[in-house]
Amino acid sequence: MWGICVHYSHTPYCYRMNILETHNIVKEYANHRALDDVSISIPKGSIFGLLGPNGAGKTSLIRIINQITGPDSGHVLFDGKPLSERHIERIGYLPEERGLYKKMKVGDQLLYLAQLKGLSEKQAMEKLKSWFIKFDIKTWWDKNVSDLSKGMQQKVQFVSTVLHEPDLIILDEPFSGFDPINANLIRDEILELRQKGSTVIFSTHRMETVEELCDYIALIHRSKKVLDGPKNQIKEQFKTNTYYVEYMGILNGLAEQYAVSATREVEPGFHRSDIQLPEGVNSNQLLRDLINQVEVRAFGENIPTMNDVFVRAVNEIPEA
Amino acid sequence: MKNILLVLKREYMVRVKKKSFLIMTFLAPLLFVGFYATVIWVAVGSVESKTVQVLDQSGLFTGQFQNSKTINFQYLTMSLDSAKASLKATKSTALVYIPEDVMENPKTVKIYAPKNVSLELQSDIEKTIEKQIESIKLTEAGITRRVLEDSRINVDSQTISLSEEGEKSSSSGAATAIGGICAFLIYISVFVYGTQVMRGVTEEKTSRIVEVIISSVKPFQLMMGKIIGVALVGLTQFVLWILLTVALTSVAGAMLGDQLPKDPQQIEQQFNDLNKNMPASALKANSGPANPVSEVLSAVNSLNLPLIISCFLFYFLGGYLLYSALFGAVGAAVDNDADTQQFMLPITLPIIFSFVFAQFVLRDPDGSLAFWTSIIPFTSPIIMMVRIPFGVPGWQIALSMVLLVLGFMGTTWLAARIYRIGILMYGKKVSYKELAKWVFYRG
Repeated sequence: MWGICVHYSHTPYCYRMNILETHNIVKEYANHRALDDVSISIPKGSIFGLLGPNGAGKTSLIRIINQITGPDSGHVLFDGKPLSERHIERIGYLPEERGLYKKMKVGDQLLYLAQLKGLSEKQAMEKLKSWFIKFDIKTWWDKNVSDLSKGMQQKVQFVSTVLHEPDLIILDEPFSGFDPINANLIRDEILELRQKGSTVIFSTHRMETVEELCDYIALIHRSKKVLDGPKNQIKEQFKTNTYYVEYMGILNGLAEQYAVSATREVEPGFHRSDIQLPEGVNSNQLLRDLINQVEVRAFGENIPTMNDVFVRAVNEIPEA
Repeated sequence: MKNILLVLKREYMVRVKKKSFLIMTFLAPLLFVGFYATVIWVAVGSVESKTVQVLDQSGLFTGQFQNSKTINFQYLTMSLDSAKASLKATKSTALVYIPEDVMENPKTVKIYAPKNVSLELQSDIEKTIEKQIESIKLTEAGITRRVLEDSRINVDSQTISLSEEGEKSSSSGAATAIGGICAFLIYISVFVYGTQVMRGVTEEKTSRIVEVIISSVKPFQLMMGKIIGVALVGLTQFVLWILLTVALTSVAGAMLGDQLPKDPQQIEQQFNDLNKNMPASALKANSGPANPVSEVLSAVNSLNLPLIISCFLFYFLGGYLLYSALFGAVGAAVDNDADTQQFMLPITLPIIFSFVFAQFVLRDPDGSLAFWTSIIPFTSPIIMMVRIPFGVPGWQIALSMVLLVLGFMGTTWLAARIYRIGILMYGKKVSYKELAKWVFYRG
């Protein structure tokens, strides 16, 4: 169902297919503008990366989506309708600053949080049981939260975020504080939730996570949205027409036509260089030129990583 | 509404299940009853009888020291030195030495004792000696003790309250006691439970769970749920205290049963005995034939108890709601308990002031200080409770109640404005100016 949307959703005309849209959101605090005309669209069933340096305004936006605060101007649509109180039950939120009641039993706490999200005690109980089996944490039910390790608390909090099977799950730095094994466990859960039809918003600094999981991204910088769309398309935009080549021998005279950079020896006898094509020259031409000079062992296009995209996009914006 | 109930239920259950709640709830009545049981035990039963030797060289006091239940006087006729020796040998409590010239030099009376004698015993002995010297001097002046006692008239007035229901015997003593107790209870509970609300808010803030919670419920609902939940904890504690105290008292009463006198006559006797042991009230004890217990009961009955109890509940809740909202706002404005001090003063001052005013109002329950402080919402919960046992015109009660309701609606509104911003503010020392700004923030 989201298949149609994949290709068009970055345009603002795909209303029914977006689980969430923000339109021209402005939010001002005492002496600074936290969000300046921010419009994003989050396609149903996607994993959406909300990126940006610290203090860019991500948390402000997330709080508006969670109805913790309201925008000064602009509006938010949830599933095509203006965001309202009845949507609260359809959203699950894991804030960056994790927190649980320290002196409350794990089981009681999860039951309480689930009921706040509109589940009945019975429903919550059933769902909790299956999560406790899934995560193999049955013995934790009667423990106080303060008796759990930090990683264990994170697990409990993750369960509380997704227990009510929300349509939209907002995860702020979901992997921080997890060891690699548990991080994988959580990642698999996130993918499974998406499989079941949930949409996930990721707010993170960890570009490898974005690389791996996100279909769409939006980049917020200095309170403004500077970039958004499908991840692959954005990477495409940030390509520099640069190719890498691994070879035996010495590149000679190539620098007259191409920009050769980052030449280094990767193992005895083999070098690797990045070569940028000038306009009007394609990769076949470069390959031909290379073959004449050296023995090519590997050749390919340098696709920018999300890390590159992030750094470049942020640095290209001039200081306000 | 459903969310407020959920929050309320959690706040209530968490507190009621706490060990400190259980301990306080069960220990306080035990201590209370235990204290009274001990007092009664000591007063009624187990006082050791003492022997006091009297060496009266003046010969004026023969037969003047009357043996009581606890003190047995022995008259000696020997020299002071051998009396001192016999004091040690007989293990008596004390030796009273009255020299021959006691009429001229009353300060020469001496009490010898191996251990310090109690103040009570000392003043008893002094009283007896003074009285005898007084009698002798009076006789010399031609006045008998009888004439003197006839001249002393003890006035114990009865106050009659004139109301629409007609004349009714009332007691300003009982009114003072009831008013004072009610005011004190409200004073303590506003502090204790208000602080609990504040702690609860800072706990949610420092543990950072608040962001999760307010993504599900409105800050106002969270605040109200907490305030009402804590109020119910307070009411539960009151009710349990009353029930347990009553239960324990009857148990203790049954256990002390054989020690306690059965019929009123005996009770009166007991009270007089008790009073006799207390020199200050010795004279008063002979005053009236009325049974003091039934006197107290009838005095309490003369008060409008249903009105007092319903007003107590109203002013307890009203006062608590008015202040706990403010306590909650303070909890939201700071990062941890240690920082609360700077904002506490404006909240605690009116409470402490009303408690101080209460002492004056007790003396003059219808003065203008009493009137105004019982109308103004910040002081009315305590002051009005002081006044009510004395009788307050209906319109004043109504006005004070309406203003109190408006008052707590006002503070709740104000607190909610500060609360919604404060709970998400971290790492910032907040000033009053800042708080004022928060009140007017939108969204």
